Amino acid sequence: MSILIQSIVNGLNQGAIYALIALGYTMVYGILRMINFAHGDFIMVGAYTMFYTVPLMVSYGMPAWMAVFAAVVVCTVVGVLVERIAYKPVRNSGSISALITALAMSLFLENLAMVLFGGNPKTVTKIFDLPMIELFGAKIQMKYLLTLGIGLAIMVALTLFVRMTKLGKAMRAVPQDREAATIVGINVDRIITITFAIGSALAAVAAMMYVSTYPRCTTDMGSMMGIKAFIAAVLGGIGIIPGAMLGGIIVGLIEILVKVYLAPGWYEAITYGILIVVLLIKPSGILGKNAGEKV
Amino acid sequence: MSEKKPVLKASHLGIQFGGLKAVDDFNMEIGESELIGLIGPNGAGKTTVFNLLTGVYQPTEGAFYLCGEKMNGKKPHQVVAAGVARTFQNIRLFKKLTVLDNVKVSMSRTMKYSMGSAIFRTGRYWAEEKETDEKALELLRIVHLEDKAGYIAENLPYGQQRRLEIARALATGMKLLLLDEPAAGMNPTETAELLEIINDIRDRFHISVLLIEHDMSLVMKICERIQVIDYGVTIAAGTPEEIANHPRVIEAYLGKDDE
Amino acid sequence: MPKKIKRNYVLNLLGVLLLFFALFALFETGVLGSRSSYFMGIATTACYTIIMVTSLNLLVGILGEFSLGHAGFMSVGAYASAIVTNALADQNIPTFVLFLIALAAGGVAAGVMGVLVGIPTLKLRGDYLAIVTVAFAEIIRVAFTNFQITGGGRVMSGIAKLSNFYWVFWVTVICVTVMYLFIRSRFGRTVKAIREDYIAAEASGVNVTFYKVMTFTISAFFAGIAGAIYAHYMTAMIPTSFNFNYSAEFLTEVIIGGTGSMTGSVIGAAFLSALPEAMRTFAKYRMLGYSVVLVLIMIFRPGGIFGTWEFSLGKAVDRLTGKAKKEVPEHE
Repeated sequence: MSILIQSIVNGLNQGAIYALIALGYTMVYGILRMINFAHGDFIMVGAYTMFYTVPLMVSYGMPAWMAVFAAVVVCTVVGVLVERIAYKPVRNSGSISALITALAMSLFLENLAMVLFGGNPKTVTKIFDLPMIELFGAKIQMKYLLTLGIGLAIMVALTLFVRMTKLGKAMRAVPQDREAATIVGINVDRIITITFAIGSALAAVAAMMYVSTYPRCTTDMGSMMGIKAFIAAVLGGIGIIPGAMLGGIIVGLIEILVKVYLAPGWYEAITYGILIVVLLIKPSGILGKNAGEKV
Repeated sequence: MSEKKPVLKASHLGIQFGGLKAVDDFNMEIGESELIGLIGPNGAGKTTVFNLLTGVYQPTEGAFYLCGEKMNGKKPHQVVAAGVARTFQNIRLFKKLTVLDNVKVSMSRTMKYSMGSAIFRTGRYWAEEKETDEKALELLRIVHLEDKAGYIAENLPYGQQRRLEIARALATGMKLLLLDEPAAGMNPTETAELLEIINDIRDRFHISVLLIEHDMSLVMKICERIQVIDYGVTIAAGTPEEIANHPRVIEAYLGKDDE
Repeated sequence: MPKKIKRNYVLNLLGVLLLFFALFALFETGVLGSRSSYFMGIATTACYTIIMVTSLNLLVGILGEFSLGHAGFMSVGAYASAIVTNALADQNIPTFVLFLIALAAGGVAAGVMGVLVGIPTLKLRGDYLAIVTVAFAEIIRVAFTNFQITGGGRVMSGIAKLSNFYWVFWVTVICVTVMYLFIRSRFGRTVKAIREDYIAAEASGVNVTFYKVMTFTISAFFAGIAGAIYAHYMTAMIPTSFNFNYSAEFLTEVIIGGTGSMTGSVIGAAFLSALPEAMRTFAKYRMLGYSVVLVLIMIFRPGGIFGTWEFSLGKAVDRLTGKAKKEVPEHE
């Protein structure tokens, strides 16, 4: 019984991490209709930043988690730069061009990190010193609940932001019809930059929660994690903010449960299998709506 | 004497998207070599009818028959094989292919050489390719594009692109040709040339043509019968003279006279 | 067969023979001294990379579909062929025949995988298709890591070294030629039409489903052959070698060389696979450089370096002898 509880708790934590990453993906996709392949690598950037800034914070007597501010700044700058330099010129060249460019940026960031930081994994020092509680024989780290809590908070904040604020409405207008948005006075360039900035900032937060559970940083941690988080976003409904949360939790839970109970060697394949099944049956995801193509 | 089956028979054909009936109770009969016009205001459902008749959409009610054969449920390429071909409202050419290749694609279905023949470049391969080249050139001649055969399709001016689409549709060897606004965006000279080409096609191939058009002068000049739809529903059908004076048609296009 | 075409075919054959004998001379006459086998190794690597890149180009450049899982097909070919040759090891089969069997096994196994991948992906476009190809490749990797017959997650070694460069050279020539002839036939024409506008293609009588699956299968088949060559050259391999990064490398090479240009793929693959060796000291900057070049290409020359241009010995000769003239492109 305690194994089950433990697994569910671990699954929820894993899921919350995926959800945090997925939120960034889904935001960018929802506004720009492009898969930012490099999103996972923004998280890698955030993680490496914190490798350096956490000890820095601690040495100044500040709480370790404030290192996330530095990570947010770095990630946002990187994200905006990537958008301006690489994505903007190919914005109107079709989705395959955008995808390839995103892939190229992902490779670029990974290899740049390899050159700068070397191939050896770096371990981020402990950020959260929160207690562990025991429930029905399962050990639950409080930081897991923190991850979940932050995820929910961000989800709510984003949803409110996109629904209620003027900026949020502008952001929703852009994917509907870019030309029309320009005509009614929306500065599409600015919106896109802001979207990327928010998405990258989210990546930094996701990085913090990721390294608090898995402190090891490698230069390729981004790509595979990014793909799995993307799968989570698609499962929940790409472009739909609560969908990222839902998808992330489901994928996290299934992964851990399969790992523990079914076939430990195959759990990754299950995640990919989920993606294939979802895209075949309901590509718009659990919370999504269908839209056809005009002939 | 046995009664000849009409080339096209549509019977209570309709399609519903969610709550919206895009096409409702569409009936039509087209005989061999007839040229029928389908007109109506924008958004009336004319292209939707085309999409139904070419297997792009599956009807949610009713049926349609090509020379007596029921066509419901057939996929687009099967409908083409049965004998229906179309052009598109917004031109859909194979942009980066040559003009000649655009036409040859439609003939691929009837070419018989196997992959093995292609790879070993057998006599059969050369013979069929040559034959196809000649047939395709002949079709280009009919639409007055034979000297553009080597051009890349996207480099053609607009009017010629429309004619290329017609040649490509002709290459399928169809019995029924659906033309979706073939004269859209053409000036009077081009439209006159188009009219000439359509008449030429009818004389040569004895095929039936169903035409969607907004250019009323073209429609009145060339169509033997006209059917008018508005909001998916047929509101009138008859000869050009009857339609021109039909009050409901005038109302649909010009709005109701309040006096 | 038109006379001119016949002449071109003969010219091409002579060109290839010339290249072969040049390389033969290079490797056999001690010009390179003790480094001969090292360079032969590079040449072999270039060959199977060429097959991978040209077969991927079939999918990406000709059909216009995205695939980030090509290494997965290579993996299937590699492991299938290795399993088969291991099973036949004691049968006293002449090495050349065994080599051919390996190629066939690799190609067919990968081809079957191609059908399995092609069918579900029919309805998917661009972004989603790309991710699904990654998913399939990853599932293959996980599967091979778990099966005992493929080494159970560890290195599978002891594979017969059947990949003699001179055989591999001709296999490569045949593969590229077959793909090229396929493209310049009604099949290639139809596939290109699907790339341009699949709705219009359907309206022209093309069975899009059939052609898409067929192209996936053929592309996978050749990747399988490349995998078989790889397995019997390296004699040892591990599933993680065929990972996402390897697939991304092939895709990068297709795009830089030119989507839709076999010439671009051949030259690009040959050049880029020889590069790591030449740039040993700069190894860690290699992929960095690739990604920068890729971004530059996407911004300034999206068609790739060679675009859709194909090198033709025939046309080159024509130009040299002053006989070149503009006319309706003849069928080649």
